[in-house]
Amino acid sequence: MGNLLELQNISKVYSRGLVNAKANVALRDISLTLREDEPTILTVAGESGSGKTTLAMLLLGFIAPTTGQILYRGKNITMLEGKERLAYRREVQAVFQDPFAVFNPFYTVDHLLTVPIKRFKLARSKADARKRMDEALTAVGLRPEDVLGRFPHQLSGGQRQRINVARALLLKPKLLIADEPVSMVDASLRANILETLRNLQRDHGVSIIYITHDLTTAYHIAKSIIVLYRGAVMEAGDVDTVIKTPQHPYTKLLVDSIPWPNLDQRWGAEKIIARTTDDGGDGCRFRSRCPRAMDICNTSPPLFRIDGHHTAACYLYEQQPEIVPEKLSELLPV
Amino acid sequence: MLNSTLNDTTAKSSAALRPQARPDQSVLRVENLEVTYYTDAGRAKALDDVSFTLGAGQKLGMVGESGSGKSTLALAMMRMIKPPGRIEGGHAWVGDTDLMALDDDGMRKARLSKIAYIPQGAMNSLNPVTRIGNQMVDAIKAHVGRESRSAIEDRCAHALRSVDLDPGVFRMYAHELSGGMKQRVCIAIGILLQPQVIIADEPTSALDVVTQRQVMETIDRVQKEINAAVILIGHDMGLMAQFVDRVAVMYAGRLVEVSTVREMFTSPKHPYAQALISSLPNLDNKGVFQGIPGLAPSLLRLPSGCAFHPRCVHAMDICTTTRPETRTLASGRMVTCHLFNEEA
Repeated sequence: MGNLLELQNISKVYSRGLVNAKANVALRDISLTLREDEPTILTVAGESGSGKTTLAMLLLGFIAPTTGQILYRGKNITMLEGKERLAYRREVQAVFQDPFAVFNPFYTVDHLLTVPIKRFKLARSKADARKRMDEALTAVGLRPEDVLGRFPHQLSGGQRQRINVARALLLKPKLLIADEPVSMVDASLRANILETLRNLQRDHGVSIIYITHDLTTAYHIAKSIIVLYRGAVMEAGDVDTVIKTPQHPYTKLLVDSIPWPNLDQRWGAEKIIARTTDDGGDGCRFRSRCPRAMDICNTSPPLFRIDGHHTAACYLYEQQPEIVPEKLSELLPV
Repeated sequence: MLNSTLNDTTAKSSAALRPQARPDQSVLRVENLEVTYYTDAGRAKALDDVSFTLGAGQKLGMVGESGSGKSTLALAMMRMIKPPGRIEGGHAWVGDTDLMALDDDGMRKARLSKIAYIPQGAMNSLNPVTRIGNQMVDAIKAHVGRESRSAIEDRCAHALRSVDLDPGVFRMYAHELSGGMKQRVCIAIGILLQPQVIIADEPTSALDVVTQRQVMETIDRVQKEINAAVILIGHDMGLMAQFVDRVAVMYAGRLVEVSTVREMFTSPKHPYAQALISSLPNLDNKGVFQGIPGLAPSLLRLPSGCAFHPRCVHAMDICTTTRPETRTLASGRMVTCHLFNEEA
């Protein structure tokens, strides 16, 4: 089997104003390949403004890239029509951040599940539709009789978020894009939702792109990680290696700032250099905050291979072999 | 260095836990605070007999699920509960003033000068159409009778500098600042009049980890500078481990356990606290997801006896019938659970 989704040198630039338009590079030259036969969980991590939501929107086909193209089963997604477009819409599903905002308060939660069944003609009869809904809800650890027929306000945030996952599951997707799915859920329920996502990958063969700023949950759920900063890849690789031995100064700062619930693992003392609002487009995007910035950082660093499953875009690793951005996916374990 | 401060506050905090022994030491004493919301669906007791004390320079973490009453507690201490909610009884002593006994005007003066509140979601709490400076000046003018314009501006500049912001922020609007900067502006406003107690309600919930660390370090520094007592409300136990001296766990409107942060993380007493601690992710248990089974109860229909008993792994017969009382253990920890009836 081939590639399910392929990002080829994607960039996204938002420009503002007509005269003296200010360009804001949200993503810079990202390439990524997701194979159909190897379901994986890939984390895209970064702070606000790193371009992670832009990436989700691009993958879902909500916005078009400025340069580069996105291929779904070898075809550009902007060219998809008819059946193929429907198949893409069905196979690439999303779970969004806010479990409160995606429900229409006037309908019972069944609405969220019956609409896709009708739209994609998944069921032959009402009984069949009900059976599929029950199956999907059970798969995410909900009892159908507890939630069906209820209104969104009668359910907890965790239940609602799991219904969202059930809705995605109903469509038997190949790829689930989860944009901060647990950031608005209580800590005690987070574990349940993450476990649901992991089981989805393990038992149903769904690949998941887990978008987050929370490296703690990323570490627990994902196989591989891509760290973004202001639209550029800083570091990528095996999640254990990246989080336990970060190499890029930005990842070091991120990992250093994780508040681990462990008294003997203190917050680092590494000084935080405040982010300036405007630094030029060229060069390493982290250089204005980097404690180890050098002159060469004025030119964009390529990815340097640190070892088999680990790469960083930083001139500190200049002596390591360079890899072209298109090869990034080959480094990520599945 | 953090560890050493932690150790000497441990000694202090166990003394402060027994208000009757050394009442003079604590700057904040909350006694039997009760808040009820009168909704169409019935009465919801959002705060049920909450008592605790806090000494100067101490940091208390207040954790619990959404709906457990954490924010209600903060609003009750600020006397900002709105109808249909009502403060039914209790006291909140800051020094020798009982906030609950003040008249409206007195309370208005006490806010910010005795007790300050840093709200959740700073981006929404600043006025978008006035400059930051005007909002700070307003706050000072409402409390300090006559002071020259330059003296007021000096105060503001000092407050901004102490939260690591450029005094130029004084002339800016909220939309010109990043999320972390707005949150620090809120902290700057909070410390303008050097309050004795600062309540920070999830001050970093919308921020990424680096900015979060920056904001928490700011709170830590200004807190030491003015030696205020800080209550940090939140559900991120990681943040609690990094920041506070003591942790209070709330469940369904009651304080179920108050312990030092080390005791809480190494040997939690209350079954809910135990479940909370074991649900935490860390570097050693990758891929283990341990949630707390069951759902938080609705305050309108609380289970009989102990509100936690339907989810509790140690539930006994007595738990379904009798409401547990809060007991102070020999170690100074407070626990509200029948398991510790004999120990007290």
